[in-house]
Amino acid sequence: MIHDMQPDDIVGDFKEVYLQLYNSIKRRILYTDIETPYPDGKLIVSTTDLDGNITHVNKSFVEMSGYTEEELIGAPHSILRHPDMPPAAFKDLWDTVQKGEKWQGFVKNLRKDGGFYWVKATVIPNIRKGAVVGYTSVRRKPSRKKVEECIKLYPTLF
Amino acid sequence: MSYMFTVSPDFSPDHLSGWYIFNTWLQRQTEQAIHLEILNDFTSLHSAIQKDQIDLIYANPYDAAMLVREKGFLPVAKPAGESDEAIIAVADSSDVNIVEDLKPGIRVAYTDDPDVRLMGMIMLEPADLDSDNITPVLTDSYPVVAKHLLKNEADVGIFLAEAFDDLSNLIKNQLKVLVRSQISVIHHALMIGPKFQHQREAMTELLTSMHHDEKGSSILKSLGFSAWEIVDDEETEFMIDLMDTLAT
Repeated sequence: MIHDMQPDDIVGDFKEVYLQLYNSIKRRILYTDIETPYPDGKLIVSTTDLDGNITHVNKSFVEMSGYTEEELIGAPHSILRHPDMPPAAFKDLWDTVQKGEKWQGFVKNLRKDGGFYWVKATVIPNIRKGAVVGYTSVRRKPSRKKVEECIKLYPTLF
Repeated sequence: MSYMFTVSPDFSPDHLSGWYIFNTWLQRQTEQAIHLEILNDFTSLHSAIQKDQIDLIYANPYDAAMLVREKGFLPVAKPAGESDEAIIAVADSSDVNIVEDLKPGIRVAYTDDPDVRLMGMIMLEPADLDSDNITPVLTDSYPVVAKHLLKNEADVGIFLAEAFDDLSNLIKNQLKVLVRSQISVIHHALMIGPKFQHQREAMTELLTSMHHDEKGSSILKSLGFSAWEIVDDEETEFMIDLMDTLAT
């Protein structure tokens, strides 16, 4: 399940926008300018089913997203979708992994408290006995130079 | 019929005799003829795997993908509570204090241990470093990586965390850790090949109860861990997928 964001959960001054997510879900997003730095040496790992619903998260995912594991399991992965991310990036992601290939890109993720964090994400299909059964996403610390490039590029892709 | 057992060449030299004792114990317990062949480097190991000469292997996580997906190996057990982690370190006298201080062209010392090198290179990425813009300094062992840093023959070193922790205090005090990975899910595992898989279940049972008796417990100690634990097929597949995401 995915819910509208609530002002009580937000830390700091926020802006409001409605985002159209997959499966015709419209979500109220409350977001701030507060960045959480990516922790050194850690990987953020999650798996989803074929529809993009979260089936597994590691401890770093929970810590960085601000949600509890219970809130995350079963929720669509787009619970992390930040309004500054161009829809074209996610279309490219899904087109790539549905072809059975690996996707890699720099992503600005949204936290439960309205803040954000940048990651270098890699998504691959999980192939078991010849069939794709889900997807694994692994995020690592991005280079700041690449993040600065994305901050300039992404607004031009809307 | 004799089965061939080998250990990934990245094991600590301190544990060499332990693996021979373990092999003797395993032969007695399974009543199977198992020959332990220690291969000196990853090139020799990969060649033996490709020739289907290996039936049982204590495998590096990097090799797990090939063993499972191309050679039909299955996991038997893994060391309980252990995981492979990497450390990025510089000489204590270095001006570098965080990874982002490192510049293209730097000399990076590492061993041919593939999973540690992979984890280490990922931890250098925030400084925009990759295999195209570093000067590699390939060494035989982690003490030699440390030696290169202390003699200013390398600017940064990639260590297996366990090997770094095993360095003498005298050496460690002259080094500065920039980052230590906390990945937790990458680990070595004992894996069994197709010809030997009829013994898999029995072997898992033997190994996971090995720490209950004094003799077994002492052999485990000589291998550097306290017990074996079950690792299921999906856990191994998950680790392989994860390694796959890190490979680029």
